[in-house]
Amino acid sequence: MIPLLQPALRHGLLGLTRLLVGARASWEGSAPADVPRIYFANHTSHLDTLAVMAALPPALRARTHPVAALDYWGGSALRRLVAVGCLNALLVDRTGKATAEVMDAMAAVLESGQSLILFPEGTRGDGTVAPFKSGLYHLAQRVPAAELVPVSIENLHRVMPKGMPLLVPLICTMRFGAPLDVVEDEDKAAFLERARDALVSLSRPQTQSGTQPDSQSDSKSTGQRTAR
Amino acid sequence: MSSVMTTVTNFFTTTDPLFLWLSGGALGLLVVATLIGAVLAYRVRTPAGRDTVRNLNARIRSWWVMVALFAAAMLLGSVVTLVLFALLSYLALREFITLTPTRRGDHAGLFLSFFVVVPLQYWLVGTGWYGLFSIFIPVYVFMALPSLSVLGADTTDFLTRTAKAQWGVMLAVYCTSHAPALLWLDIPGYSLPGALLLLYLMTVAQLSDVFQYVFGKLWGKTRLSPGISPSKTVEGLVGGGLSAIAIGTGLHVITPFSPLQAAGMSLVIVTAGFFGGFVLSAMKRDLGVKDWGTMIEGHGGVLDRLDSVVFSAPLFFHLTRYWFT
Repeated sequence: MIPLLQPALRHGLLGLTRLLVGARASWEGSAPADVPRIYFANHTSHLDTLAVMAALPPALRARTHPVAALDYWGGSALRRLVAVGCLNALLVDRTGKATAEVMDAMAAVLESGQSLILFPEGTRGDGTVAPFKSGLYHLAQRVPAAELVPVSIENLHRVMPKGMPLLVPLICTMRFGAPLDVVEDEDKAAFLERARDALVSLSRPQTQSGTQPDSQSDSKSTGQRTAR
Repeated sequence: MSSVMTTVTNFFTTTDPLFLWLSGGALGLLVVATLIGAVLAYRVRTPAGRDTVRNLNARIRSWWVMVALFAAAMLLGSVVTLVLFALLSYLALREFITLTPTRRGDHAGLFLSFFVVVPLQYWLVGTGWYGLFSIFIPVYVFMALPSLSVLGADTTDFLTRTAKAQWGVMLAVYCTSHAPALLWLDIPGYSLPGALLLLYLMTVAQLSDVFQYVFGKLWGKTRLSPGISPSKTVEGLVGGGLSAIAIGTGLHVITPFSPLQAAGMSLVIVTAGFFGGFVLSAMKRDLGVKDWGTMIEGHGGVLDRLDSVVFSAPLFFHLTRYWFT
């Protein structure tokens, strides 16, 4: 393997992602920190993983592993190079045949002090957030020390709607919310519902994703903001 | 490295001394403005004052970007200028469409706007094909966008969606592309580099913005339209506009214009620039946002900094082309 290939490819991919979708990070409720975390995000397009990785500060990015499907990303040498070599992905079998091994591998990453990115919906949505699969619950039970940070990916479903091969560049914001509280003896359904609510409440109405008004001169005395 | 040195040496030995004095003056002015901004930022205490200084420093930083763009244009040639402006158009269009509601049916047209219309328009600038450059977007793209959208068979907000996409392309791509197009104007009897006309446009438009802001802060009493742009005042417009016209008149030495003609051109740039900023502010209010983007952290997006140039560039280009070529 050519030694500089992976970093060059990584920078190229992340740079291209920023040129296409901006990938701006907005830390609302949590701050960037090098502690074991499970970033759980809404699944909106093929670019989700790249966009979240591009939004993370470089020091954290190096210690964060997106969880990706083995059947697709392990399918060829090139895909494996992109997923594992460039993006530190943890490839997992999602057929359900090796649930225990998958859980062990994810727990091992967190126990080593590093972080994971998960998409608990399991499937791509169209702007709404689908019910969560139970993996997030089992992982949280297994490694209670890991922080559960919701990440709302905004606008990305407009960039590449399901079934559209073409891509329209739009500025996408990743909103990093407050870590979920730890609740003793919570059952699975209640936990998954609470996690999903945390993600949903982070998102803002689409097409109004610009900077919210603050104290700068232009924001005073508007009085006629239109609500859509 | 040596080729860069040669380029730089050639630049200084072959360039008009007048031009060197002007660039030196501009650079000195910027350094002084930056230092003043830094001192103010350190000394100011009140929240309102802090906002004002922050805003002023954002404007000074955008000057540096303009100067850097201009320096790149001078040193690296017109193609680099063209690529830089194409990138600005792309980013500005991205900001505009991000804030605009779109539906599935618009997807193909928007894809073409970003990846075909932007490069093609700037390619037309670079080839000097004026005939097609000036009608490509207002005629062909104008019809192509709704034609593609209508194939989606979705009539919800059809007119609104189409109009917004057309406006985005007109502002971000068509209007903006007239600024670098100044480099391709062939003006008889004018021996200075065409990039100086671009510098002239940028300087007058940006100084007008800054002077209007400063005059408004110092002496502004009568607000023009608090509902659209609270910082715009009659005193600021008149004082700032006249100052920018005075400087534009003085800068006639780098243009093919006489002092009187330069004053007229500056008046056009100042007026168009004012309305550009005003119209784009009204659009932001309509869309419910304060800034077009967050490209420069805390200082808005590309469109927030280009708004005055967007309106003044096509007018300045066409007036210059009509009367001086």
